This record gives sequence, C-alpha cells and structure tokens, in this order.
Amino acid sequence: MKRRETLKSLLVGGIAGTAAVGMGALSCKADQQVESVETPEVSSEVYGRTPAEIKHDEKINSQICYNEHQLTTIAVLCDIILPPTPTAGGANEAKVPEFIEFISKDLSTYHELPIKGGLMWLDGESNTRFNKEFVKCNSKEQIAIIDDIAYPDPKNENPQMDQGRAFFNKMRDLTLTGYYTTKMGIDDLGYVGNRPNMWDGVPQDVLDKHGLAYDKDWMPKFIDHEKSQDIAEWDENGNLLT
Amino acid sequence: MRSTSIVLNIFRLYQKNNRMQIIETAKEYDAIIVGSGAGGGMSAFVLANAGMKVAVVEAGPYFDPADPITKTQMKWPWESPRRGASTNRAFGDFDMSWGDWKVDGEPYTTKEGTDFKWWRARMLGGRTNHWGRISLRFGPKDFKHKDVDGLGANWPITYDEVKPFYDRLDKMVGIFGTNEGLPNDPDGFFLPPPKPRLHELYYIKGARKSGVPVIPGRLSMLTKRINKDRGICYYCGQCGRSCSAYADFSSGSCFIFPAQKSGQVDLYVNCMVKNVTTNDEGLATGVSYINKEDMKEYKLRGRSVVLGASACSSARILLNSKSKQHPNGLGNSSDHVGRYLHDSTGAGLTGFVPALMDRKVYNEDGVGGMHVYSPWWGDNSKLDFPRGYHIEVWGGLGMPAYGFGFNASAMNKYIGGEIGGYGTKLRDDVKRFYGSVVGLSGRGESIARFENRCKLDNNVVDKFGIPVLEFDYKWSNYEVNQAKHMVDSFEEIIVNMGGEVMGDKPGKESDYGLLAPGQIIHEVGTTRMGNDKRTSVTNKWQQLHDAKNVYVVDAGPFSSQADKNCTWTIMALSMRASEHLVQQYLKKEI
Repeated sequence: MKRRETLKSLLVGGIAGTAAVGMGALSCKADQQVESVETPEVSSEVYGRTPAEIKHDEKINSQICYNEHQLTTIAVLCDIILPPTPTAGGANEAKVPEFIEFISKDLSTYHELPIKGGLMWLDGESNTRFNKEFVKCNSKEQIAIIDDIAYPDPKNENPQMDQGRAFFNKMRDLTLTGYYTTKMGIDDLGYVGNRPNMWDGVPQDVLDKHGLAYDKDWMPKFIDHEKSQDIAEWDENGNLLT
Repeated sequence: MRSTSIVLNIFRLYQKNNRMQIIETAKEYDAIIVGSGAGGGMSAFVLANAGMKVAVVEAGPYFDPADPITKTQMKWPWESPRRGASTNRAFGDFDMSWGDWKVDGEPYTTKEGTDFKWWRARMLGGRTNHWGRISLRFGPKDFKHKDVDGLGANWPITYDEVKPFYDRLDKMVGIFGTNEGLPNDPDGFFLPPPKPRLHELYYIKGARKSGVPVIPGRLSMLTKRINKDRGICYYCGQCGRSCSAYADFSSGSCFIFPAQKSGQVDLYVNCMVKNVTTNDEGLATGVSYINKEDMKEYKLRGRSVVLGASACSSARILLNSKSKQHPNGLGNSSDHVGRYLHDSTGAGLTGFVPALMDRKVYNEDGVGGMHVYSPWWGDNSKLDFPRGYHIEVWGGLGMPAYGFGFNASAMNKYIGGEIGGYGTKLRDDVKRFYGSVVGLSGRGESIARFENRCKLDNNVVDKFGIPVLEFDYKWSNYEVNQAKHMVDSFEEIIVNMGGEVMGDKPGKESDYGLLAPGQIIHEVGTTRMGNDKRTSVTNKWQQLHDAKNVYVVDAGPFSSQADKNCTWTIMALSMRASEHLVQQYLKKEI
C-alpha cells in the first residue's frame, strides 16, 4: 500500500473497500477520490508513526527544555560517564545530550524536574567547594565532586551527598540508555541481531563452554532450514511428511 | 467499484436530505461482522469463502503489516527519538498496537475498590497484530473442569467436538510445536520448532531439577511454508511489531486480505459500532455505527450479525442494544451479559544467572517469543488452589531499547563487584552483565465468578455518545494462592539455574505479585455459552439464545478459561460458529 492510501485510511472513516493487497486495479480508483490528501515523502525520520504520534513528536521537538548552561553541564557529565575509548566514540559523539533533552520533555514527569534540580544541586556543591559553577571547574575538581556521588554509601557516611547520588544515578542511566541505543553503542556492545537470519541453535563452542548439549531426542524435531521452503504436509496423525 | 459507489450513494443521500439524522443504506448484507481481530477475521474468511456477502466493520483504521509507512519491524532503536520508550504506546514505540490500556476519547470506569485494565487495539486485525502468538489448544479437562473440582461451569461442548476445528486451524494458519502425547495439552499439526537459546537451555536444566516439565514452545509463526502466499520466519524476534512477510499470524494477513480476494467483503474502517438494531420479532436487522470521519451515525442492514469486537466490546454493544423486545439489552434476558468476565492470572520473577555473564555475543534473536515452555504439571488435589498455569521464559542478548543500562552497575551486588562509577569501568559492567538476566512468567487459570463483570456505566459516555463499560472485578484467594505457587516455583527454578532472584520476591502484602485483572489481556466469559438460556447468553453454536441471527465469535462465549492463552480457541470456535451460520443461511433459517 502506498503512503497516500495509508494516510487516507488513517484519516478517513468509512469504507475502505477492497483497496488492499493484490487489488491494484481497484485501489487506483480509490486513489482518485483522495487527491487532496497530502502525500509527504518518506523520510529517514519515519519510524512507523500514526498521525497523532507525528503531531506529538512535532510538539516535543518545538519545545525547549534546557538553556545553554544546562546543556553544557549535561554534555560535561556525559563525557565523564562515557568518554571515548580507543575503539568507540564517547557519549557526546553519540549525541546523548540531545537524547536527554528529548526524553526530558517526552517523559517530563520522570526526568525534567529531577534533572533541572540536580543540575542546580551540582552547581551549588561546586560553588561551595570551589566558588565556581561545575562547568568552570577543571577536570580534577569536577571528578572530586563526581567521586562523591558516583558510588553508593551503604554505611551512610556521607548522607549530605544523597541527593547528588540520586541525580548522578539518573544521569548515568539516561547516558547509558542514550548511548547503547545508537549505532555507535550497539557496535560497542556487539549486538548483531535485527537482521534476517536462520537461527540454528547455540554455536557449538558456546555449548561446550557451558557444558551443555541439545537433547538427542529433541534434535530430529527441530526445524531443518534446508526444508523450510517445502510446503508442509502431514499424515492424519500430525506427523510432518515434508 | 462496488464499495466506492456505496460511499457515493451515502453522500448523495445525505446531501439530498441533510435533516436526516441516521443515514441508512439500501443494501442488505448476508452478514455484518463487527471487529476484524482473531474471531471477526476468521468469520469473514469463512463466510466470504462460502459465498456470503459480508460487511466487516472495524473501529480503527486500515492496517497492513507489510505497509512500509506504518511498519516498525526491523527498525533500530535510534530511529525513535525516545528509543522505543512507552510514552505513546504502552508496550513501547515499536509495538504494533494502535491503542492500549487507554484510547483517546474512549474511557472505561471501574467500581470503587476494584481494578481492571482493558487493552483495546483500534486497527484492522486488532490485537492480533502485536500478540505473543502463543497458541495452546485447550485440553479435554479444560472443557469440563467443573467435573473435576466442582467450580465454575462446564462447557456445553467437548474437546472432541472442537478438535477437528483445531486440526484445520493448525494447517490453515500455521503453528510450530511438537506432539508430546500429554493428556491435557493436546497434540496437533505442527511445524518444526526452533532450537532453544542459551538461557532456555539453562531453564530446561533448572526446571527439570524441580520436576517441572519443559517442551518446545507452540507459537503461530511459520518456520516452514504452509502455502505460497505467506513468507517464512527470518528470526528477527519481532512478532510483536507484526511481520511484514506475513510469517506470523495476524488477522489481516491471514484472514481479511485473503477473504477480500473473494470479492465478497466490504470493509468499513474507522467505524465505531454503537448497537445492533432489531425488528418486532426481536431479530437483528443490522448495526448502527458512528463514522469517525464525519461523526455521523449510519446504519447497515444485514440478515445476520456476527460480533467479534472482543469479549468486553461485544458485551457493551449488546447491553447498548436495548429495544422493546430486549429491554435489558440484546441477548440479556438472563442478565448474564458482562458476567463471568475473567482474565488469566499472571505473576513473574526475574533472575540473575552468573553463568550467563561475559557471554560471547552472537545473533540469538530467534522467534518473537519462547522457544520452550512448561505446561501445567501440578496435582491440584494436593494444592490450595484449583487450577493450573504454564510458564513462559524470556532472556537473552536482546536489542537495546529505552531502559537498557538502567542500574547496570548495580548488578555488581550479586557478585561482590564495585557498584557505581563511570567511564571504562561502566562500559565493562554493561557488557559483562549483557544477557545474564532471565525472566519467568506464569499465566494461569482463574475461576469465572458471577460477581466479576462489566456493565454499562450509567453516568459516562465516550466521545461518540455511547455509554461506556464499568468494570467490577476482584480476584479470590484461589488466584492469590496460585500466584504464591508461581513465585515459589520460579524462585526454586532460578536457584536451580545457579541464579539469584533479582529484587524483592513479592509476598503476601502484594498478593505475591498477582497482576491486576485484565493485565494479561486474555479477558473472556462475558457472553458465556450454555444449554440453559437462564444461565448463559449463547448456545453451543455461539448464537444468542434470544436472537438466533446474532453470533458471538470472540472470547465472550468461553464458559471457562484454561491455563492456556485464549486466541487459538477463539479462532477454532469462530470457524465452528461461522460454519454453523453458513449452514443456517443456506437452509434459510436465517
């Protein structure tokens, strides 16, 4: 189905007729009725959205959540949490601050206030210790603060840092999620799925490493991909013949 | 084009007489099918291929899993600016359901002190576009469970009566699995299953140590061709996004599109059915619907009406179909419409398995669901709850989405590693623990109860002016005790896998993690079938006792659930009911 037709069916109530798969001649006629429907081209931005979802994204994208100072601070934190390595780019290269900005608006109930308040907390702590905002500190000074909020405090030795810890936990979670959901992050992780393949079981070296094996009784039951294109036929007892 | 001319006729009629409130067509269909999901889709397929002229009326828009514009299958997380988070869709951006627990402008209410969650997918094919495809036949005991424990009601039909329809369904739609000869988990006509993944091999080991049986999964996905029209699985693990190769079952790809080829189907989309219209004899004459485009009310005429709108939506339509002949709502002389509503029970635990740390990474997406599962194994005569559950397994090296990496470093607490930090250490944590988490979910049978129901809310209408449903549903101790058995069993299995339960194991204070009614999305029973018209809504052919030309083909007619998922039975029974309708039509009984 063409985008135009789909938009029509998303937008227009009433009869959709037989303008579906394999009904090309009829769908042409259906097309003539909906010349006025806009037919924007497919862009790389499209990820299968409904009209209401497209509107939602446009609204979120038109809003501004953080000022320049806040975004700079977020970028500095991203660089501390996931700096580049010899083999992989860092969080800033993966545009994680842009993701954090988007998700702070999109899920604002969860993120916006804790992050804005957390950034103020961070500057407050930095002002107290070094008499300057966090981004103006040198990296040694920045790390001194971060080391006080990047680890749990099970013995409650430093409770005045608790709010900072909660903030840093959130920033760490969002940075990891933002990073590992980009191509750069997925390459770093090594995930190699999301592509057509013929799953044929755990590789033998992995089975060996784990001391596992497939049940001998089960083996004849599993799909043989050599035969997967043959149309299935059974005997009357449900035994597969093909 | 037939359907185009109908639309034009409607508009001409409307223009001529714009004072007219309800716009009626002259044409009479042999059957009007409400809803295009598992039940409605099957019915459309059967009736159209038998030569009946059919209207399918769907409340949502057109949807084709193969349409590149709406497709989410094979998308990467970065293609979503929220990385798949659930802001707009409850199961995430890529889940193929338009509508979830909430639908804009279409509320439902719950009686104070009760809880119910109602999932509605407003789209052609309905919830079949995103469901788990777990396709379990009910067994002989499931149709006569009252004979076993005295609870609930027996079905007026037996497994042997339904078996031929299950057999044909297996071959028609396609399902993988294995014949195991189990007494209450019947064999069928299966395609070969895929091999288990690594975490599933660990599960097999752990479960067997506890005496819990494990067999290959039974899911409606094509590991092998069943015809030339549908593709075969290419193991992306994304059935929840609806397969563009039609290699999984969805009602559009398997029923509606093939039915359209007969030329017998007029498809009405974005049309919200309000009620069934009836005549002086109390028989159905068609349906009345609101066209979402112009918000006007229209009427369709039909010799018969087939309700497949979902158990609760069909009950709502019936309750809203009040007339002189049916003052309590159509089919509701027994006051049973909406009663005996019951969902599957659900509870789960998540485990961390150290042996699955530091894994070699390879593509193990597999099919979009469990490669193995455990059918119910217990002996209820020795337990403090009456019915069973099956266990579903999840885990593995999945594709990251929003939420990936949250608390990644906290996993160190299970192995005595350092929690927290940043930089290279954090990257190492993420990779070390990737694929080491396994989840077990129980899906069980609850007892249908007269008191658990949906009924019309006297004070609330939706944006179409149609009275909405109020739910009144509470679990009993049976379901709570079953949930306790679930989490106890899961803990034991996780420990047997060399693992450790993550988070706090839910206890008495939270009903052992028992999910709210409706959350498993297996709601059934609202128009239950029976031989006695005083205690049931439909007969054993799913015809209303009160109006023989109305059939219900969704899960409403279920006399009881089983410890199985309901979709395969909805379809087998819809085939059976629809063929009965064809016979009645040919005999001119309808």
